[in-house]
Amino acid sequence: MSLSKSVAPVVAANADTPLRTKVLRRIRSRPTTRGAVILLGVFVLLAVLAPLIAPQNPHDLASLSVMDNRLEPGSRGMTGITYWLGTDAQGRDMLSAILYGLRTSLLVGLLSSAGALAIGIAAGLFAAQFGGAVDAAIMRVVDFMLGFPSILIALVLLASIGRGVDKVIIAIILVQWAQYARLMRAAALVERRKEYIEAAVNFGLPTPHIMLAHLLPNSVGSVLVVTTINIAGAITLEATLSFLGVGVPVTQPSLGLLIANGFEFLLSGEYWIAAFPGIALVLLIMSLNLVGDRLRRSFNVRT
Amino acid sequence: MTAYILQRLIQSVLVLLAVSIVVFLAVYGIGDPIELLVPPQVSAAERAAMIRRLGLDLPVWQQYLSFLGNALKGDLGRSFVHGVPAAGLILARLPATFELVLLAMSGAALIGVPLGLLAGLNPESRPSRAIMAGTILGFSLPSFWKGMMLVLLFSVALGWLPTAGRGETVSLFGIQTSLLTLDGIRHLILPALNLAIPNMALMVRLVAAGTTEAMTQDYVKYARAKGVRRKRIVGRHVLRNILIPVVTVAGMEFGSLVAFSTITETVFAWPGMGKLLIDSIYHLDRPVVVAYVMLATLLFVAVNFLVDVLYAALDPRVKLTGEMA
Repeated sequence: MSLSKSVAPVVAANADTPLRTKVLRRIRSRPTTRGAVILLGVFVLLAVLAPLIAPQNPHDLASLSVMDNRLEPGSRGMTGITYWLGTDAQGRDMLSAILYGLRTSLLVGLLSSAGALAIGIAAGLFAAQFGGAVDAAIMRVVDFMLGFPSILIALVLLASIGRGVDKVIIAIILVQWAQYARLMRAAALVERRKEYIEAAVNFGLPTPHIMLAHLLPNSVGSVLVVTTINIAGAITLEATLSFLGVGVPVTQPSLGLLIANGFEFLLSGEYWIAAFPGIALVLLIMSLNLVGDRLRRSFNVRT
Repeated sequence: MTAYILQRLIQSVLVLLAVSIVVFLAVYGIGDPIELLVPPQVSAAERAAMIRRLGLDLPVWQQYLSFLGNALKGDLGRSFVHGVPAAGLILARLPATFELVLLAMSGAALIGVPLGLLAGLNPESRPSRAIMAGTILGFSLPSFWKGMMLVLLFSVALGWLPTAGRGETVSLFGIQTSLLTLDGIRHLILPALNLAIPNMALMVRLVAAGTTEAMTQDYVKYARAKGVRRKRIVGRHVLRNILIPVVTVAGMEFGSLVAFSTITETVFAWPGMGKLLIDSIYHLDRPVVVAYVMLATLLFVAVNFLVDVLYAALDPRVKLTGEMA
């Protein structure tokens, strides 16, 4: 890399550059990150368009032909479709199953992260704004939650409320909100000591207005930056719970459940039932982590 | 020091109490406790007798107190499926999980520390970059997927190691262990490796960051100026300084290794506590699930307590008066 090239972005990214431009520049500057962003876009597109592009509806048992079970990738089935990624034990086209599984995985990951983000931001904001007993109470709960491994909390919760897409989302929210709350509180505490907040207080602005219009937008940045990594965490957790058999129901299989279903056939050499959903899951998680890690490092947020 | 220990001890007891309340409410508060605690296949008369015997007709606070009292006596209920005390059932599976966790932890340290040292000494070199990139994989790939890939590679494709089970065990002081037979060790390698990978990645990161930082310190410069060989600087001075955080983290990760062994034990059909938890969830064997949570909490709280006290004892910079916090 020549000197002028390495210096240029630093000079250009001064304080006046809009934040969005800076982030985009940082993402574009690394080929791996750029690749990960493109891959993520493709995944989201595939998940959204799954009903339109999937050769088969994997949830519609009538369209499946049991005669086509466990066919190798590329074989032609009784119904005339070519199974590019093979079929599973029920004769389901793996490509279609993966596209629909991607939908479930992304849905759970995004909804649970959004829920955890909302609760965590609210809790952190309240703790920072009111301090004292409110702060102590909220932070004790946060410490308590963070003291236990996430997988265990989620497992035990699902053991008592049963499996289901909505229940997995609740479990992941319960596991993840505390992390956001801690980050939000730390950022809001720093912000609260600044003069503009003091000025707003002296102006006599109502507390809810100060919290929502001033404190929230100025301290939420670091929390949003780690969200990408936490979406990856949520998707991993969902896949793990589904693999263990306590996650999403069999009628709406996610990538994790598809992998679990293929596990027994893996040992007998029918690799495609578990391997292809596995590759999709790993690529999804890796690209989210790559983008998230780059964002986190660009903004220098410590978790 | 005594005040600090006492303070931490009180905190630990409070955490245990809080968990017992949460677990109690989860089992008795959400849903019908009769449905959870009385097996569905019993007759109506037996059902009424069990409700009385379990005290389910009493007020909630009284039920909680008896639950707590029984728990203190070590009675965490009886398993529906096995018909034996749940606590005993879990404790019988403890050795299998512990040998897995201990092997994983020592493996993580034995492989992770040298790799981290290597990566930290020449952070810009190609192998170092490869090691650091590998740690991202180690952290982020789902544990069950890594386990399956290990089975696929070492058991199915290469045929070197068995795919599942615990293999031959021998009794040592009344405890069954796989560590003393060749067959047992062959069965241990893959699950232990799988459990160790995230921890190994953590060790590499910690040691690499510590080494890079330590190499710029004055004591290293001084030793170098004095003409001490690089090998000796790294082995004697740098390594010793970075091992303190490594030991702390290893201790704190013990609890999460026990929790994560649930996944590894499921993939490798390893008959430990985690496999028992998953099986109990499948069979709706609630007393075992409740007992597992209480015992696991006790374990985490005890380990955290020990790590904190040891840390305070080892590092004089930690305030011992108990007035902070």
